[in-house]
Amino acid sequence: MFKTFFEGIVKNNPVLVLAIGLCPTLAVSTSAFNALGMGAAVIFVLTFSNLIVSSFRKVIPDSLRIPIFIIVISTFVTIVDYVMKAYLPGLSKNLGVFVPLIVVNCIILGRAEGFAYKNPVGKAILDGLGSGIGFTLAIFIMGTIREILGQGTWMSIPGGFEGFKVLGQGFLNYPVLFMILPPGGFLVIAFLMGGMRYFEARRSA
Amino acid sequence: MYISSSPHIRKDWNVKKIMYGVVIALMPAFIGSIYFFGWRAAYLTFLSVVTAVLTEYLFQKITKRKITAFDGSAIITGILLAFNIPVKSPWWLPVVGSFFAILVAKQFFGGLGYNIFNPALAGRAFVMASWPQIMTGRWSAPLHGSISGIDGITSATPLNLLKLHATDPAVLSRINSPEMLKNLFIGNVGGCIGETSALLLLIGAIFLFVMRYADWRISVGYIGTVFVVAWIFYLTGLTPAGPLFHILSGGVFLGGLFMATDMVTSPVTPAGRWIFGIAGGLICMLIRVWGGYPEGVSYSILFMNMFVPLLDRVRPKYLGEVKK
Repeated sequence: MFKTFFEGIVKNNPVLVLAIGLCPTLAVSTSAFNALGMGAAVIFVLTFSNLIVSSFRKVIPDSLRIPIFIIVISTFVTIVDYVMKAYLPGLSKNLGVFVPLIVVNCIILGRAEGFAYKNPVGKAILDGLGSGIGFTLAIFIMGTIREILGQGTWMSIPGGFEGFKVLGQGFLNYPVLFMILPPGGFLVIAFLMGGMRYFEARRSA
Repeated sequence: MYISSSPHIRKDWNVKKIMYGVVIALMPAFIGSIYFFGWRAAYLTFLSVVTAVLTEYLFQKITKRKITAFDGSAIITGILLAFNIPVKSPWWLPVVGSFFAILVAKQFFGGLGYNIFNPALAGRAFVMASWPQIMTGRWSAPLHGSISGIDGITSATPLNLLKLHATDPAVLSRINSPEMLKNLFIGNVGGCIGETSALLLLIGAIFLFVMRYADWRISVGYIGTVFVVAWIFYLTGLTPAGPLFHILSGGVFLGGLFMATDMVTSPVTPAGRWIFGIAGGLICMLIRVWGGYPEGVSYSILFMNMFVPLLDRVRPKYLGEVKK
Protein backbone atom coordinates (compact mmCIF):
# COMPACT_ATOMS: atom_id res chain seq x y z
CA MET A 1 0.00 0.00 0.00
CA PHE A 2 2.67 2.49 0.99
CA LYS A 3 4.74 1.45 -1.97
CA THR A 4 2.32 3.52 -4.07
CA PHE A 5 3.08 6.50 -1.90
CA PHE A 6 6.84 6.33 -2.05
CA GLU A 7 6.96 5.40 -5.71
CA GLY A 8 5.70 8.85 -6.64
CA ILE A 9 8.42 10.50 -4.59
CA VAL A 10 11.56 8.79 -5.79
CA LYS A 11 11.29 5.96 -8.30
CA ASN A 12 8.57 7.57 -10.40
CA ASN A 13 9.21 11.17 -9.50
CA PRO A 14 7.01 13.00 -11.99
CA VAL A 15 9.50 15.75 -12.77
CA LEU A 16 12.91 14.15 -12.44
CA VAL A 17 12.17 10.65 -13.73
CA LEU A 18 9.01 10.80 -15.85
CA ALA A 19 9.83 14.31 -17.10
CA ILE A 20 6.21 15.45 -17.04
CA GLY A 21 4.85 18.72 -15.69
CA LEU A 22 8.00 20.52 -16.78
CA CYS A 23 6.29 23.74 -17.78
CA PRO A 24 5.35 24.95 -14.27
CA THR A 25 8.53 23.40 -12.89
CA LEU A 26 10.75 25.52 -15.11
CA ALA A 27 8.61 28.63 -14.92
CA VAL A 28 7.96 29.11 -11.22
CA SER A 29 11.08 27.59 -9.68
CA THR A 30 12.79 30.98 -9.66
CA SER A 31 12.50 31.15 -5.88
CA ALA A 32 12.08 28.58 -3.15
CA PHE A 33 8.93 30.18 -1.77
CA ASN A 34 7.22 30.30 -5.16
CA ALA A 35 8.14 26.68 -5.68
CA LEU A 36 6.70 25.71 -2.32
CA GLY A 37 3.46 27.54 -3.07
CA MET A 38 3.16 25.86 -6.44
CA GLY A 39 3.93 22.49 -4.88
CA ALA A 40 1.25 22.92 -2.20
CA ALA A 41 -1.32 23.86 -4.86
CA VAL A 42 -0.47 20.80 -6.90
CA ILE A 43 -0.57 18.44 -3.91
CA PHE A 44 -4.04 19.72 -3.04
CA VAL A 45 -5.44 19.48 -6.56
CA LEU A 46 -3.80 16.15 -7.29
CA THR A 47 -4.99 14.45 -4.12
CA PHE A 48 -8.58 15.61 -4.41
CA SER A 49 -8.90 15.02 -8.14
CA ASN A 50 -7.52 11.51 -7.64
CA LEU A 51 -10.05 11.00 -4.82
CA ILE A 52 -13.03 12.11 -6.93
CA VAL A 53 -11.95 10.36 -10.12
CA SER A 54 -11.29 7.14 -8.26
CA SER A 55 -14.60 7.16 -6.39
CA PHE A 56 -16.58 7.75 -9.58
CA ARG A 57 -14.42 5.51 -11.78
CA LYS A 58 -17.21 2.95 -12.25
CA VAL A 59 -19.76 5.49 -13.51
CA ILE A 60 -17.49 7.61 -15.72
CA PRO A 61 -18.03 6.46 -19.32
CA ASP A 62 -14.84 5.57 -21.11
CA SER A 63 -15.46 7.78 -24.12
CA LEU A 64 -16.07 10.89 -22.01
CA ARG A 65 -13.42 10.40 -19.34
CA ILE A 66 -10.97 13.11 -20.38
CA PRO A 67 -13.50 16.00 -20.35
CA ILE A 68 -14.82 14.74 -17.04
CA PHE A 69 -11.31 14.62 -15.54
CA ILE A 70 -10.73 18.16 -16.71
CA ILE A 71 -13.95 19.38 -15.09
CA VAL A 72 -13.03 17.70 -11.80
CA ILE A 73 -9.50 19.08 -11.90
CA SER A 74 -10.56 22.60 -12.84
CA THR A 75 -13.00 22.66 -9.94
CA PHE A 76 -10.15 22.18 -7.48
CA VAL A 77 -7.88 24.52 -9.36
CA THR A 78 -10.52 27.24 -9.10
CA ILE A 79 -10.69 26.68 -5.34
CA VAL A 80 -6.91 26.96 -5.04
CA ASP A 81 -6.84 30.02 -7.26
CA TYR A 82 -9.43 31.94 -5.24
CA VAL A 83 -8.04 30.90 -1.85
CA MET A 84 -4.57 31.99 -2.94
CA LYS A 85 -5.84 35.31 -4.28
CA ALA A 86 -7.65 36.01 -1.01
CA TYR A 87 -5.02 34.97 1.52
CA LEU A 88 -1.67 35.05 -0.30
CA PRO A 89 -2.03 37.80 -2.91
CA GLY A 90 1.75 38.21 -3.25
CA LEU A 91 2.30 34.55 -4.03
CA SER A 92 -0.70 34.52 -6.34
CA LYS A 93 0.74 37.43 -8.28
CA ASN A 94 4.13 35.74 -8.56
CA LEU A 95 2.73 32.45 -9.81
CA GLY A 96 0.42 34.30 -12.17
CA VAL A 97 -0.99 32.27 -15.00
CA PHE A 98 0.63 29.08 -13.77
CA VAL A 99 -2.05 28.52 -11.13
CA PRO A 100 -4.93 28.33 -13.63
CA LEU A 101 -2.64 26.29 -15.86
CA ILE A 102 -2.57 23.51 -13.26
CA VAL A 103 -5.77 22.40 -15.03
CA VAL A 104 -3.75 21.14 -17.95
CA ASN A 105 -0.76 20.01 -15.87
CA CYS A 106 0.11 16.62 -17.26
CA ILE A 107 1.06 15.20 -13.85
CA ILE A 108 -2.50 15.61 -12.62
CA LEU A 109 -4.20 14.43 -15.78
CA GLY A 110 -1.63 11.65 -16.08
CA ARG A 111 -2.31 10.35 -12.55
CA ALA A 112 -6.07 10.57 -13.06
CA GLU A 113 -5.91 8.70 -16.34
CA GLY A 114 -3.11 6.29 -15.51
CA PHE A 115 -3.80 5.51 -11.88
CA ALA A 116 -6.93 6.87 -10.21
CA TYR A 117 -9.25 5.69 -12.99
CA LYS A 118 -8.14 2.10 -12.44
CA ASN A 119 -7.50 1.88 -8.70
CA PRO A 120 -9.51 1.98 -5.45
CA VAL A 121 -9.93 5.24 -3.53
CA GLY A 122 -7.36 4.64 -0.76
CA LYS A 123 -4.60 3.82 -3.18
CA ALA A 124 -5.54 6.74 -5.41
CA ILE A 125 -5.26 9.21 -2.53
CA LEU A 126 -1.85 7.86 -1.56
CA ASP A 127 -0.73 8.02 -5.16
CA GLY A 128 -1.91 11.62 -5.41
CA LEU A 129 -0.10 12.57 -2.20
CA GLY A 130 3.08 10.74 -3.25
CA SER A 131 3.24 12.22 -6.74
CA GLY A 132 2.36 15.64 -5.38
CA ILE A 133 5.11 15.48 -2.78
CA GLY A 134 7.53 14.20 -5.42
CA PHE A 135 6.68 17.18 -7.61
CA THR A 136 6.98 19.56 -4.67
CA LEU A 137 10.37 18.18 -3.66
CA ALA A 138 11.74 18.48 -7.17
CA ILE A 139 10.47 22.00 -7.72
CA PHE A 140 11.54 23.08 -4.21
CA ILE A 141 15.08 21.82 -4.73
CA MET A 142 15.19 23.64 -8.05
CA GLY A 143 13.77 26.79 -6.51
CA THR A 144 16.34 26.62 -3.71
CA ILE A 145 19.30 26.23 -6.07
CA ARG A 146 18.09 28.89 -8.48
CA GLU A 147 17.21 31.42 -5.80
CA ILE A 148 20.44 31.01 -3.85
CA LEU A 149 22.62 31.30 -6.94
CA GLY A 150 20.50 33.73 -8.89
CA GLN A 151 19.54 36.09 -6.11
CA GLY A 152 21.74 35.26 -3.16
CA THR A 153 18.81 34.69 -0.82
CA TRP A 154 16.74 31.74 0.28
CA MET A 155 13.02 31.63 1.06
CA SER A 156 12.41 35.29 0.38
CA ILE A 157 8.71 36.09 0.41
CA PRO A 158 7.29 38.77 -1.89
CA GLY A 159 6.36 41.78 0.19
CA GLY A 160 7.48 40.15 3.45
CA PHE A 161 10.52 38.29 4.69
CA GLU A 162 13.52 39.23 2.60
CA GLY A 163 15.08 35.81 2.85
CA PHE A 164 18.15 34.23 4.42
CA LYS A 165 21.25 35.79 2.94
CA VAL A 166 23.06 32.55 2.38
CA LEU A 167 26.03 33.67 0.34
CA GLY A 168 27.05 37.00 1.85
CA GLN A 169 27.05 40.58 0.63
CA GLY A 170 29.76 40.27 -2.02
CA PHE A 171 27.65 37.71 -3.76
CA LEU A 172 24.46 39.73 -3.40
CA ASN A 173 26.06 42.49 -5.45
CA TYR A 174 26.78 40.16 -8.34
CA PRO A 175 24.35 37.23 -8.25
CA VAL A 176 24.37 34.73 -11.11
CA LEU A 177 21.32 36.22 -12.87
CA PHE A 178 21.52 33.44 -15.43
CA MET A 179 20.08 31.06 -12.84
CA ILE A 180 16.76 32.82 -12.51
CA LEU A 181 16.44 33.29 -16.26
CA PRO A 182 14.81 30.48 -18.29
CA PRO A 183 18.09 28.88 -19.45
CA GLY A 184 19.13 28.55 -15.81
CA GLY A 185 15.98 26.51 -15.18
CA PHE A 186 16.87 24.10 -17.96
CA LEU A 187 20.43 23.86 -16.69
CA VAL A 188 19.42 23.06 -13.11
CA ILE A 189 16.82 20.49 -14.14
CA ALA A 190 19.39 18.83 -16.39
CA PHE A 191 21.78 18.55 -13.45
CA LEU A 192 19.08 17.12 -11.18
CA MET A 193 17.90 14.58 -13.78
CA GLY A 194 21.49 13.57 -14.47
CA GLY A 195 22.19 13.16 -10.76
CA MET A 196 19.00 11.16 -10.29
CA ARG A 197 19.96 8.76 -13.10
CA TYR A 198 23.49 8.47 -11.82
CA PHE A 199 22.38 7.37 -8.36
CA GLU A 200 19.68 5.12 -9.79
CA ALA A 201 22.27 3.39 -11.97
CA ARG A 202 24.64 3.04 -9.04
CA ARG A 203 21.99 1.58 -6.76
CA SER A 204 20.83 -1.02 -9.24
CA ALA A 205 24.35 -1.94 -10.30
CA MET B 1 55.07 -2.86 -53.28
CA TYR B 2 52.85 -1.73 -50.50
CA ILE B 3 49.26 -1.14 -51.59
CA SER B 4 46.67 0.44 -49.33
CA SER B 5 43.15 1.68 -49.84
CA SER B 6 42.29 5.37 -50.16
CA PRO B 7 42.81 8.07 -48.95
CA HIS B 8 46.27 8.22 -50.48
CA ILE B 9 47.08 11.81 -49.68
CA ARG B 10 47.96 12.17 -46.04
CA LYS B 11 48.74 15.17 -43.93
CA ASP B 12 50.55 15.11 -40.66
CA TRP B 13 47.63 16.84 -38.99
CA ASN B 14 46.55 16.10 -35.49
CA VAL B 15 44.45 17.86 -32.90
CA LYS B 16 47.45 19.22 -31.06
CA LYS B 17 49.06 20.69 -34.13
CA ILE B 18 45.89 22.41 -35.30
CA MET B 19 45.00 23.71 -31.86
CA TYR B 20 48.42 25.18 -31.17
CA GLY B 21 48.29 26.65 -34.67
CA VAL B 22 45.15 28.51 -33.67
CA VAL B 23 46.78 29.63 -30.43
CA ILE B 24 49.67 31.09 -32.46
CA ALA B 25 47.17 32.78 -34.76
CA LEU B 26 45.57 34.46 -31.75
CA MET B 27 48.89 35.87 -30.54
CA PRO B 28 48.98 39.09 -32.64
CA ALA B 29 45.59 40.09 -31.25
CA PHE B 30 46.72 39.12 -27.75
CA ILE B 31 49.82 41.27 -27.93
CA GLY B 32 47.70 44.04 -29.41
CA SER B 33 45.28 43.79 -26.48
CA ILE B 34 48.16 44.41 -24.06
CA TYR B 35 49.21 47.42 -26.12
CA PHE B 36 45.67 48.83 -26.19
CA PHE B 37 44.38 47.96 -22.74
CA GLY B 38 47.47 47.38 -20.62
CA TRP B 39 48.69 44.41 -18.59
CA ARG B 40 45.28 43.74 -17.12
CA ALA B 41 44.27 42.28 -20.48
CA ALA B 42 47.08 39.73 -20.19
CA TYR B 43 46.20 39.02 -16.56
CA LEU B 44 42.54 38.28 -17.37
CA THR B 45 43.50 36.15 -20.37
CA PHE B 46 45.95 34.21 -18.23
CA LEU B 47 43.30 33.54 -15.55
CA SER B 48 40.85 32.43 -18.20
CA VAL B 49 43.29 30.02 -19.85
CA VAL B 50 44.45 28.53 -16.55
CA THR B 51 40.86 27.97 -15.44
CA ALA B 52 39.93 26.37 -18.77
CA VAL B 53 42.83 23.93 -18.75
CA LEU B 54 42.46 23.16 -15.04
CA THR B 55 38.72 22.54 -15.36
CA GLU B 56 39.24 20.18 -18.26
CA TYR B 57 42.04 18.37 -16.47
CA LEU B 58 40.12 17.95 -13.22
CA PHE B 59 36.94 16.82 -14.96
CA GLN B 60 38.81 14.19 -16.94
CA LYS B 61 40.73 13.11 -13.86
CA ILE B 62 37.64 12.81 -11.67
CA THR B 63 35.57 10.98 -14.28
CA LYS B 64 38.58 8.79 -15.15
CA ARG B 65 38.66 9.78 -18.81
CA LYS B 66 41.67 10.15 -21.04
CA ILE B 67 43.41 13.40 -20.13
CA THR B 68 43.33 15.65 -23.17
CA ALA B 69 43.44 18.92 -21.26
CA PHE B 70 46.76 19.89 -22.80
CA ASP B 71 45.87 19.41 -26.46
CA GLY B 72 45.44 23.15 -26.84
CA SER B 73 41.69 23.26 -27.35
CA ALA B 74 41.07 24.39 -23.77
CA ILE B 75 43.71 27.08 -24.20
CA ILE B 76 41.85 28.40 -27.25
CA THR B 77 38.57 28.45 -25.34
CA GLY B 78 40.28 30.32 -22.51
CA ILE B 79 41.83 32.91 -24.82
CA LEU B 80 38.64 33.44 -26.83
CA LEU B 81 36.56 33.83 -23.69
CA ALA B 82 38.93 36.43 -22.29
CA PHE B 83 38.88 38.21 -25.67
CA ASN B 84 35.12 38.50 -25.23
CA ILE B 85 34.99 40.39 -21.94
CA PRO B 86 35.75 44.02 -21.16
CA VAL B 87 39.10 44.77 -19.58
CA LYS B 88 37.49 46.30 -16.51
CA SER B 89 35.85 43.00 -15.57
CA PRO B 90 36.57 41.72 -12.06
CA TRP B 91 39.05 38.84 -11.94
CA TRP B 92 36.43 36.22 -11.24
CA LEU B 93 34.48 36.90 -14.44
CA PRO B 94 36.84 35.10 -16.84
CA VAL B 95 37.28 32.36 -14.25
CA VAL B 96 33.56 31.66 -13.95
CA GLY B 97 33.05 32.04 -17.70
CA SER B 98 35.85 29.63 -18.56
CA PHE B 99 34.66 27.15 -15.98
CA PHE B 100 31.15 27.19 -17.44
CA ALA B 101 32.45 27.03 -21.01
CA ILE B 102 34.60 23.96 -20.42
CA LEU B 103 32.46 22.10 -17.92
CA VAL B 104 28.94 22.65 -19.22
CA ALA B 105 29.32 23.57 -22.88
CA LYS B 106 32.17 21.19 -23.66
CA GLN B 107 32.72 18.31 -21.24
CA PHE B 108 29.09 17.60 -20.43
CA PHE B 109 28.40 17.21 -24.12
CA GLY B 110 31.20 14.68 -24.42
CA GLY B 111 34.35 16.74 -24.77
CA LEU B 112 36.22 17.94 -27.83
CA GLY B 113 34.42 17.02 -31.03
CA TYR B 114 31.04 16.45 -29.44
CA ASN B 115 30.11 19.91 -28.23
CA ILE B 116 27.21 21.51 -30.09
CA PHE B 117 28.05 25.09 -29.16
CA ASN B 118 31.33 26.89 -29.35
CA PRO B 119 32.42 26.67 -25.69
CA ALA B 120 33.88 30.18 -25.55
CA LEU B 121 30.68 31.69 -26.93
CA ALA B 122 28.53 29.64 -24.58
CA GLY B 123 30.70 30.92 -21.73
CA ARG B 124 30.26 34.46 -22.97
CA ALA B 125 26.49 34.02 -23.24
CA PHE B 126 26.51 32.77 -19.65
CA VAL B 127 28.42 35.72 -18.22
CA MET B 128 26.46 38.10 -20.43
CA ALA B 129 23.14 36.82 -19.06
CA SER B 130 24.42 36.76 -15.49
CA TRP B 131 26.28 40.06 -15.22
CA PRO B 132 25.03 42.36 -17.95
CA GLN B 133 26.08 45.42 -15.93
CA ILE B 134 29.73 44.33 -16.15
CA MET B 135 29.58 43.07 -19.71
CA THR B 136 27.91 46.10 -21.25
CA GLY B 137 28.38 48.98 -18.84
CA ARG B 138 32.07 49.13 -18.06
CA TRP B 139 33.99 50.06 -21.14
CA SER B 140 37.37 51.62 -20.87
CA ALA B 141 39.28 53.63 -23.41
CA PRO B 142 42.40 52.18 -25.01
CA LEU B 143 45.58 53.65 -23.55
CA HIS B 144 46.27 55.72 -26.65
CA GLY B 145 42.79 56.67 -27.82
CA SER B 146 39.17 57.21 -26.89
CA ILE B 147 36.38 54.73 -26.28
CA SER B 148 34.35 55.78 -29.26
CA GLY B 149 37.23 56.07 -31.69
CA ILE B 150 36.37 59.73 -32.26
CA ASP B 151 38.11 62.54 -30.41
CA GLY B 152 35.90 64.31 -27.94
CA ILE B 153 33.28 61.59 -27.58
CA THR B 154 34.10 59.45 -24.60
CA SER B 155 30.72 58.12 -23.60
CA ALA B 156 30.33 54.94 -25.59
CA THR B 157 31.94 52.29 -27.75
CA PRO B 158 31.39 52.63 -31.49
CA LEU B 159 28.49 50.20 -31.49
CA ASN B 160 26.86 51.79 -28.46
CA LEU B 161 27.24 55.11 -30.20
CA LEU B 162 25.35 53.65 -33.12
CA LYS B 163 22.63 52.14 -30.93
CA LEU B 164 22.12 54.93 -28.42
CA HIS B 165 23.23 58.17 -30.03
CA ALA B 166 22.49 57.53 -33.69
CA THR B 167 20.40 60.68 -34.02
CA ASP B 168 23.05 63.03 -32.59
CA PRO B 169 24.36 65.14 -35.51
CA ALA B 170 27.83 65.32 -33.98
CA VAL B 171 27.97 61.54 -34.10
CA LEU B 172 26.29 61.17 -37.48
CA SER B 173 28.74 63.42 -39.24
CA ARG B 174 31.75 61.47 -38.03
CA ILE B 175 30.63 57.89 -37.76
CA ASN B 176 31.85 57.07 -41.26
CA SER B 177 34.85 59.39 -41.13
CA PRO B 178 38.31 58.06 -42.11
CA GLU B 179 39.48 58.79 -38.55
CA MET B 180 36.80 56.49 -37.13
CA LEU B 181 37.44 53.72 -39.65
CA LYS B 182 41.19 53.90 -39.12
CA ASN B 183 40.82 53.56 -35.37
CA LEU B 184 38.40 50.67 -35.82
CA PHE B 185 40.74 48.90 -38.20
CA ILE B 186 43.76 49.25 -35.97
CA GLY B 187 41.79 48.57 -32.82
CA ASN B 188 42.21 51.87 -31.04
CA VAL B 189 38.66 51.90 -29.66
CA GLY B 190 36.86 50.68 -26.57
CA GLY B 191 35.55 47.15 -26.59
CA CYS B 192 36.17 43.64 -25.36
CA ILE B 193 39.79 42.69 -24.77
CA GLY B 194 40.58 40.95 -28.05
CA GLU B 195 37.92 42.06 -30.45
CA THR B 196 38.93 45.61 -31.26
CA SER B 197 41.76 45.19 -33.71
CA ALA B 198 40.56 43.96 -37.10
CA LEU B 199 44.09 44.23 -38.46
CA LEU B 200 45.77 41.97 -35.90
CA LEU B 201 42.97 39.41 -36.02
CA LEU B 202 43.26 39.35 -39.79
CA ILE B 203 47.01 38.70 -39.63
CA GLY B 204 46.39 35.68 -37.41
CA ALA B 205 43.53 34.44 -39.54
CA ILE B 206 45.52 34.60 -42.76
CA PHE B 207 48.01 32.26 -41.12
CA LEU B 208 45.13 29.90 -40.34
CA PHE B 209 43.81 30.04 -43.89
CA VAL B 210 47.24 29.41 -45.38
CA MET B 211 47.78 26.44 -43.07
CA ARG B 212 44.16 25.43 -43.82
CA TYR B 213 43.37 25.14 -40.12
CA ALA B 214 40.26 27.23 -40.71
CA ASP B 215 38.03 27.50 -43.75
CA TRP B 216 38.02 30.91 -45.44
CA ARG B 217 34.55 30.19 -46.83
CA ILE B 218 32.92 30.65 -43.43
CA SER B 219 34.81 33.86 -42.71
CA VAL B 220 34.26 35.34 -46.15
CA GLY B 221 30.61 34.32 -46.03
CA TYR B 222 30.15 35.82 -42.58
CA ILE B 223 32.04 39.09 -42.92
CA GLY B 224 30.97 39.49 -46.55
CA THR B 225 27.32 39.15 -45.62
CA VAL B 226 27.65 41.68 -42.83
CA PHE B 227 29.24 44.01 -45.37
CA VAL B 228 26.59 43.54 -48.05
CA VAL B 229 23.63 43.67 -45.68
CA ALA B 230 25.07 46.73 -43.91
CA TRP B 231 25.50 48.38 -47.29
CA ILE B 232 21.88 47.71 -48.24
CA PHE B 233 20.69 48.94 -44.83
CA TYR B 234 22.91 52.01 -45.15
CA LEU B 235 21.57 52.90 -48.56
CA THR B 236 17.97 52.39 -47.43
CA GLY B 237 18.58 54.46 -44.31
CA LEU B 238 18.04 51.68 -41.79
CA THR B 239 21.43 52.27 -40.21
CA PRO B 240 23.45 55.49 -40.27
CA ALA B 241 26.76 53.60 -40.37
CA GLY B 242 28.31 52.38 -43.55
CA PRO B 243 29.36 48.82 -44.37
CA LEU B 244 33.00 49.39 -43.40
CA PHE B 245 31.98 50.63 -39.98
CA HIS B 246 29.83 47.54 -39.49
CA ILE B 247 32.45 44.97 -40.38
CA LEU B 248 35.24 46.68 -38.44
CA SER B 249 33.32 47.44 -35.25
CA GLY B 250 32.42 45.06 -32.45
CA GLY B 251 33.28 41.41 -32.74
CA VAL B 252 32.67 40.73 -36.43
CA PHE B 253 36.31 39.94 -37.15
CA LEU B 254 36.90 37.99 -33.96
CA GLY B 255 33.68 36.03 -34.43
CA GLY B 256 33.84 35.60 -38.18
CA LEU B 257 37.52 34.63 -38.28
CA PHE B 258 38.03 32.64 -35.11
CA MET B 259 34.77 31.55 -33.57
CA ALA B 260 32.53 30.71 -36.52
CA THR B 261 35.41 28.71 -38.02
CA ASP B 262 35.80 26.40 -35.02
CA MET B 263 36.11 22.98 -36.66
CA VAL B 264 33.87 21.21 -34.19
CA THR B 265 30.93 23.57 -34.34
CA SER B 266 30.85 24.37 -38.05
CA PRO B 267 29.59 22.27 -40.99
CA VAL B 268 31.94 19.91 -42.85
CA THR B 269 30.95 20.50 -46.47
CA PRO B 270 31.90 23.62 -48.46
CA ALA B 271 28.25 24.30 -49.36
CA GLY B 272 27.22 23.93 -45.73
CA ARG B 273 30.00 26.30 -44.70
CA TRP B 274 28.85 28.98 -47.13
CA ILE B 275 25.30 28.76 -45.80
CA PHE B 276 26.61 28.78 -42.22
CA GLY B 277 28.66 31.93 -42.74
CA ILE B 278 26.09 33.83 -44.77
CA ALA B 279 23.17 33.07 -42.47
CA GLY B 280 25.30 33.96 -39.44
CA GLY B 281 26.23 37.35 -40.93
CA LEU B 282 22.61 38.04 -41.74
CA ILE B 283 21.45 37.27 -38.19
CA CYS B 284 24.21 39.45 -36.79
CA MET B 285 22.99 42.43 -38.83
CA LEU B 286 19.37 41.78 -37.90
CA ILE B 287 20.32 41.86 -34.21
CA ARG B 288 22.40 45.00 -34.64
CA VAL B 289 19.67 46.92 -36.42
CA TRP B 290 16.49 45.65 -34.78
CA GLY B 291 17.66 43.76 -31.69
CA GLY B 292 17.92 44.95 -28.12
CA TYR B 293 21.69 44.50 -27.99
CA PRO B 294 24.17 46.73 -29.81
CA GLU B 295 26.14 43.67 -30.89
CA GLY B 296 24.89 40.41 -32.37
CA VAL B 297 27.99 38.44 -33.32
CA SER B 298 28.06 35.95 -30.47
CA TYR B 299 24.37 35.13 -30.59
CA SER B 300 24.39 34.81 -34.37
CA ILE B 301 27.16 32.21 -34.21
CA LEU B 302 25.57 30.33 -31.31
CA PHE B 303 22.32 30.34 -33.26
CA MET B 304 23.97 28.90 -36.35
CA ASN B 305 25.81 26.30 -34.24
CA MET B 306 22.44 24.70 -33.66
CA PHE B 307 21.95 24.19 -37.39
CA VAL B 308 25.25 22.46 -37.99
CA PRO B 309 23.85 18.89 -37.90
CA LEU B 310 21.24 20.01 -40.42
CA LEU B 311 23.76 21.80 -42.63
CA ASP B 312 25.94 18.69 -42.65
CA ARG B 313 23.24 17.09 -44.77
CA VAL B 314 23.96 19.62 -47.50
CA ARG B 315 26.51 17.51 -49.30
CA PRO B 316 27.81 16.88 -52.78
CA LYS B 317 26.48 13.94 -54.72
CA TYR B 318 28.30 10.72 -53.94
CA LEU B 319 30.24 9.35 -56.88
CA GLY B 320 28.18 6.69 -58.57
CA GLU B 321 25.06 7.61 -56.63
CA VAL B 322 21.89 6.39 -58.31
CA LYS B 323 18.87 8.65 -58.27
CA LYS B 324 16.03 6.95 -56.48
